[in-house]
Amino acid sequence: MSSSDERHDKPGPGVSRRGFLKGTGIALTVPIVTGVRVVEVKGQQVKLFGPTKVPVTLEVNGAKRAVNVEPRVTLLDALRNELELTGAKRVCDRGTCGACTVHMDGKAVYSCSVLAVDAQGRKITTVESLEQNGKLHPVQQAFVDNDAQQCGFCTPGFVMACKSFLDKYPNPTPDQVKKGLGGNTCRCGTYVGVKAAVAQAAKSAPRGGRRNG
Amino acid sequence: MAEYKWPEAEKRSLIGKRISRVDGPDKVSGKAKYTYDIKRPGMLYGKMLRSPYAHAKIVSIDTSAAEKLPGVKAVKVIQGPGTEIQWAGDEIVAVAAVDEPTAEDAVRAIKVEYERLPHFVNEAELDKVPAANRKDPTEGKNGDPDLGFKEAEVTVEGIYGNDVITHCCLETHGQIVEWEGENVLLHPSTQAVSTIGGELAKSLGIPAGNVRVKGDFIGGGFGSKFNIDRWGVECAKVSKLAEGKPVKMMLERDAELMVAGTRPSAYARVKVGAKKDGTITAWESESWGSGGVRGAGMVPLPYVWSIANRRTKHHSIATNVGDSRAWRAPNHPQGCLITMAALEDLAAALKMDPFDFVLKNKESLGVRGAVYEEELRKASEMIAWKQNWRPRGEGAPGSTKTVKRGLGLSLHTWGGGPHVSDCDVTIHPDGSVEVKIGTQDLGTGTRTVILIVAGETLGLPLEAIRLHYGDNRLPPSGGSGGSTTVGGVSSSTRRAAVDALNGLFEKVAPALNTTPDKLEAVGGKVQVIGNPGQGMTWKQACAKLGTQPLTARGKQPGRETLASSGVGGVQMADVSVDIETGIVKMNKFVAVQDCGLVMDLKTAESQVYGAMIMGVAYSLFEEKIMDPVTGRMLNPNMEFYRIAGIGDIGEFQVHMMTGKGYDERGPIGLGEPPTVSPGAAISNAVANAIGARVSTLPLSPERVLEALAKKGGGNAKL
Repeated sequence: MSSSDERHDKPGPGVSRRGFLKGTGIALTVPIVTGVRVVEVKGQQVKLFGPTKVPVTLEVNGAKRAVNVEPRVTLLDALRNELELTGAKRVCDRGTCGACTVHMDGKAVYSCSVLAVDAQGRKITTVESLEQNGKLHPVQQAFVDNDAQQCGFCTPGFVMACKSFLDKYPNPTPDQVKKGLGGNTCRCGTYVGVKAAVAQAAKSAPRGGRRNG
Repeated sequence: MAEYKWPEAEKRSLIGKRISRVDGPDKVSGKAKYTYDIKRPGMLYGKMLRSPYAHAKIVSIDTSAAEKLPGVKAVKVIQGPGTEIQWAGDEIVAVAAVDEPTAEDAVRAIKVEYERLPHFVNEAELDKVPAANRKDPTEGKNGDPDLGFKEAEVTVEGIYGNDVITHCCLETHGQIVEWEGENVLLHPSTQAVSTIGGELAKSLGIPAGNVRVKGDFIGGGFGSKFNIDRWGVECAKVSKLAEGKPVKMMLERDAELMVAGTRPSAYARVKVGAKKDGTITAWESESWGSGGVRGAGMVPLPYVWSIANRRTKHHSIATNVGDSRAWRAPNHPQGCLITMAALEDLAAALKMDPFDFVLKNKESLGVRGAVYEEELRKASEMIAWKQNWRPRGEGAPGSTKTVKRGLGLSLHTWGGGPHVSDCDVTIHPDGSVEVKIGTQDLGTGTRTVILIVAGETLGLPLEAIRLHYGDNRLPPSGGSGGSTTVGGVSSSTRRAAVDALNGLFEKVAPALNTTPDKLEAVGGKVQVIGNPGQGMTWKQACAKLGTQPLTARGKQPGRETLASSGVGGVQMADVSVDIETGIVKMNKFVAVQDCGLVMDLKTAESQVYGAMIMGVAYSLFEEKIMDPVTGRMLNPNMEFYRIAGIGDIGEFQVHMMTGKGYDERGPIGLGEPPTVSPGAAISNAVANAIGARVSTLPLSPERVLEALAKKGGGNAKL
């Protein structure tokens, strides 16, 4: 279902999750040292972190933040447990439900499926940054106005997914909404409100400079 | 003495309007802190080792390696050697460590030896249930069923069923617990703020007053989060072992689906008969189901309909599956599916439109018969039933060779009377107002409703009132279950606000040269009734209190009744079924629902929409799939335990019955009733489309194809 593939960022030039996992396999066979090393995996130079805690710098909502986490820690857990940015939620914890959605270099990603070490050097935006000077972002306001929330646990992820979706499709068709927002799941059943919120936000957005709006 | 009643329609400024939930901005901005989001100073992370076996005896447990791991602060055996484990996923050992990865490592380092015992996890076929897993059946009889079937001119028989589903709350179950001396601070994700602390205290052997409970936002409950649970108690014990440090222990997603609650299964062989004109003459059913080792109680059969001649038999089946819990409208969705599907099959055999069939038998619908009729007519207009419905298997307009369209209907009931509730309303001399009530808001809009009631009563906007809730030091309110909250909190808040206002009127009346009974509070003013010229602002009025704030306690139940119970609802579904793939698509789904006096039309409608969407999920996708070989759940995750997405729902419409005949009943809960009918309405629509009954929910593609193959139609190849 869903556009989860579409909204997952392409693996960057650094280390893919798969490559990293292969890497740890190798790490266990060599004497344990901390910090970052470079090893050769299938003819490619791969950065190797850990297995103990390593310093990681994340650029979150415009500020550089330093954390010390094991390489196995996801971006989601680093945001929530280390930086206390708890808008992104841990729900399925395996890239299905979208409650952990944040933006990485402007595109929506499931932060449960990105390792914190892999998120270095990328611009991460969380739901906490949308409200400016005490004013909700038009997408957030549309969620409030159309009651696109009940318990609210999926809501921050949905808001981030909607914002990214509207950046790409400023005037979406119903079919685009179904596909584009199919990667977020709500248990209380707020989709009627979400559809209405998307319609309102699409109308209220200023023409042009939406991408950073 | 004050008279407690709801204001007349023309005097309402807030009640029944469309008001955005007050907690909306906090939720959309990520500011809302759920239990899962709270971080306490020095907090440890708790995890539990769970049984991999559905039925086993614990032989030995070795926790030494886990205890030696750096960062592990406590390891506690929950169920020791000799214990018999009854379901996969049951808790064996709890650990607390400085971070989550370390806690995970600690769990992995524990060695447990089990002696495996035979298990039983699949109860769908009654004939295959071992005698040891069956409890003595319960039987019931009314009238003369044999005579009823003799009088019947048409009789149909069928098997109908609902598989086990889970609650799948997005915020998993769990809590943070910490100790300070003999006192405990508990942050649970709970539906019962006022009672869960006493439950924990009892388990820990400490006085109830030593447990402070704080519960702000909750990420879904649906009936599964009333109790402290074993993990709550063990979290407190592990915290104590770790010198009282806060321990956060939230269930993993797989555990949430394995052990944190199910809706029991219910299957039934049904025989039902009628005369040629559609009059039902007799009902007979043999039902069975399971919600785990405790089995499952009988579902209401026949549901809603009071069929004079009937015979019922029910088998409760014990399975080695994580236990059941209340799931929105316990037992009603299952009973509704079985009944409404059997009656729809009967109507099809009679070649009758089910709409006409229901009206033909409306005498059997009891006290709410007239309401059902009104709702049925409204729903049929919304979905254009008469224009679109075609006899079974003919295909509604728009059907093609491979895609068949069909319509189905269902009706349901629920009680939803008010729970106990205390509420304090305090008016301060500076004009500020506080409402204090030990309730919780599951996302149903409880906060908003309380503020609407207080604001309406005091003539103030919602923003002028500060609400304190979600704390067991506040006046206690019942748990939010069974659709009892809105009636409970609205009643106690109204009484408290009326009494507080009357107290204020007594202080203000002399200054306005009148008596308290001649005063009213409207639009931010206190004035002589109907005379804005003779009054003062709210703030000026409150200054008359002097230095002392004025507090009034409202209680539910209390003198005079402000809420009632018993609602009806009708839902109609329009589906398309691809007979080559077996995929069911929702075209349109409409609901007509009454719930007495609607407090907030916006959030009330949301709740009905939500219930219908949850209904689409359990009708088409949800199933807790148990592996007979390993006894484990095969889909304890969200990719294979599928719930509905935004693309699965089609066009939805909701109509709330309001006005005369409804408003004067006072508020009635809405959480349960609209979740009841979707299974039956959608199953009936599918049967109408494809000309065959898919006997069991969820209506998965394989089951649709199987039903088509059995019928001998369609293009199914099996």
